[in-house]
Amino acid sequence: MPEMTLIEAIRQGMDEELERDKDVFIIGEDVGKRGGVFRATMGLFEKYGPQRVIDSPLAELGIVGTGIGAALYGMRPICEIQFADFIYPAFNQIVNEAAKMCYRSNGDWTVPMTIRAPYGGGIGGGLYHSQSVEASFTHIPGLKVVVPSNPRDAKGLLKSAVRDPNPVLYFEPKKGYRLIKGEVPEGEYTVPIGPAQVSRPGKDLSVFAYGMMHYYTLQAAEKVAAEGIDAEVVDLRTLYPVDRETILASVRKTGKALIVHEDNLTGGYGAEVAATIAEWGFQDLDAPVRRLAAPDVPGVPFSHPMQDWFMPNPDKIAAAIRDLASF
Amino acid sequence: MDLAQDVQLEMFRAMLLSRRLDERAWVLHRQGKIAFHISGIGHEAAQVGAVFAIRRGYDWVSPYYRDLAILLAVGMTPAEFVMGMMGKRGDPTSGGRQMPSHWSLKRANVISHSAPVATQSPHATGIGLAIKLRGDDRVVLTTVGEGATSQGEWYEAVNFAAVLQVPVVFVVQNNMYAISETPDMQMAIKSVAEKACGLGVPGISVDGTDVFAVYRACQEAVDRARQGGGPSLIEARTYRMTPHSSDDDDRTYRSREEVEEHKKSDPVLVAKRQLEERAILTEKAYAEMDAQIKAEVEEAVRQAEQAPYPEAEEALHPVYAEEIRLAEASHA
Ligand SMILES: Cc1ncc(C[n+]2csc(CCOP(=O)(O)OP(=O)(O)O)c2C)c(N)n1
Ligand SMILES: [Mg+2]
Repeated sequence: MPEMTLIEAIRQGMDEELERDKDVFIIGEDVGKRGGVFRATMGLFEKYGPQRVIDSPLAELGIVGTGIGAALYGMRPICEIQFADFIYPAFNQIVNEAAKMCYRSNGDWTVPMTIRAPYGGGIGGGLYHSQSVEASFTHIPGLKVVVPSNPRDAKGLLKSAVRDPNPVLYFEPKKGYRLIKGEVPEGEYTVPIGPAQVSRPGKDLSVFAYGMMHYYTLQAAEKVAAEGIDAEVVDLRTLYPVDRETILASVRKTGKALIVHEDNLTGGYGAEVAATIAEWGFQDLDAPVRRLAAPDVPGVPFSHPMQDWFMPNPDKIAAAIRDLASF
Repeated sequence: MDLAQDVQLEMFRAMLLSRRLDERAWVLHRQGKIAFHISGIGHEAAQVGAVFAIRRGYDWVSPYYRDLAILLAVGMTPAEFVMGMMGKRGDPTSGGRQMPSHWSLKRANVISHSAPVATQSPHATGIGLAIKLRGDDRVVLTTVGEGATSQGEWYEAVNFAAVLQVPVVFVVQNNMYAISETPDMQMAIKSVAEKACGLGVPGISVDGTDVFAVYRACQEAVDRARQGGGPSLIEARTYRMTPHSSDDDDRTYRSREEVEEHKKSDPVLVAKRQLEERAILTEKAYAEMDAQIKAEVEEAVRQAEQAPYPEAEEALHPVYAEEIRLAEASHA
């Protein structure tokens, strides 16, 4: 199996979907000749032309709103939001329009659309090029929210998102674009939207994470393994709808749960996982559910010492694992 | 007038049907049989003029809540409308999920819209883009009120359409009010059509109480769009002859004299006069048509009243496309 970076896998996924289905097209800022500011669409404009890879005006609600219209007509748009931080101008279109279309029309109209957005900090991006925005959308019935953590899933989930008959938000851990490498199967495959995955089986405690934090959690799990702590790591992958079964099965096995995300703590996705465990897994617990998340400040500060203070990392995760394991 | 006489008559009938049904909705509201009504009275010429310019059922429509006449003209039945008013299962827009007059009619290519104003404008642009990408020869008709043109959503939609050169006709029904606010509170220009020049699209302002003037303006825009000439903006100037909705009391912000004055240019009366002058319609033929329409409206109300409500549990679906069949099965 060939090894590739996260961003190469995402690009290959888009390339194959453009090739497979004439209704698929990409629309976003600088996605054409520039190939995207992160180069996610590099080479696609040259290969498929300006009708399939469309440089849009600088207006996110226009990108998403236009995507919705095209999807209503039967196309399969992939809308690129340059940074997740800039998704908020499109919030109304995503929450009031895309998410509610199927329900409000009693199934007459659906929005098969993918919205890709690079998210996350640790890249010196400051408050407005670092945000984790998933919790603003995992509250919204009608949306699917996906966050890949490795190249194999990134490609497979991207293909599933494009083929899904619903609006799918696909958040890409931008710090991992070139840092995260992994094997990607040759030939056609998809990874289903919905199921979480146990990425490292263990017996002492369960750590739930996704995206960049899942990558760090695997590193942390290796560290503590050397100290005799056997952590099970669960890659949530699809945040909405929630895979409650996989979460609860893991807690049933280990009796302890830690949730890690780089979004800030309060009202973050970890709260939903914790509530799931409290409501349906209470008898399985041997310790309180713990959350490791970014502090409740409005954003990721720019200056390095402050940014490092903000971001969870393998050391902080390892410390949280040790702490919970010793409960 | 280059329009065939029977088409002119058909347009007039469409206006009158919308008017009578709309009036009946106000009565149903006063009778306590429906909870809410938002009226198109005063808008019939703007709507019928616009919708007759497209190929109905073939071209696409992204409408707004006052567009009763447009919906009827593309084939929504009066009974379906009243079922929507009553939240009956047979409501073709949403199966009773949405408030009345939040349209959708899949079989006629009318997309579903929501309550936040101008959200449907970018969808029109996107449909236009899809039409262009597929190489189809359809056009999109989309409507809003003048107040909604203050929304960023509307500007982005028109700008995208202009940049992408897609086949969309943006019709603005300027009825001089956005609830209580007059156009000078929305914009520092005299006419909505002036917005077109800043966006690079042809823009014109027409008398929205004259159905044939609206038709001519829209026909030109539709032809241009269909031939690849891109989007247009058309302002149809009219007057909202009713309160904003059944929840509004317009006496708090406008005089009765003003409202009375505008009744002289009631679009239905204007069209009736035009047809009489052209010897297309006689008083007798009008009376017959009106009686027939009123009977049709009564029959629609009767049918809707007898139609079933949805079961409470139907509210569970369909959140996702995968559930659509589930929802259908629960109806069966
Ligand atoms: C985004 C948004 N804000 C506020 C409202 C409440 N509202 C409903 S209709 C309306 C006035 C709209 O005026 P206009 O666009 O001129 O259309 P008209 O009702 O006059 O036909 C307002 C303020 C809304 N529906 N959506
Ligand atoms: Mg108005």
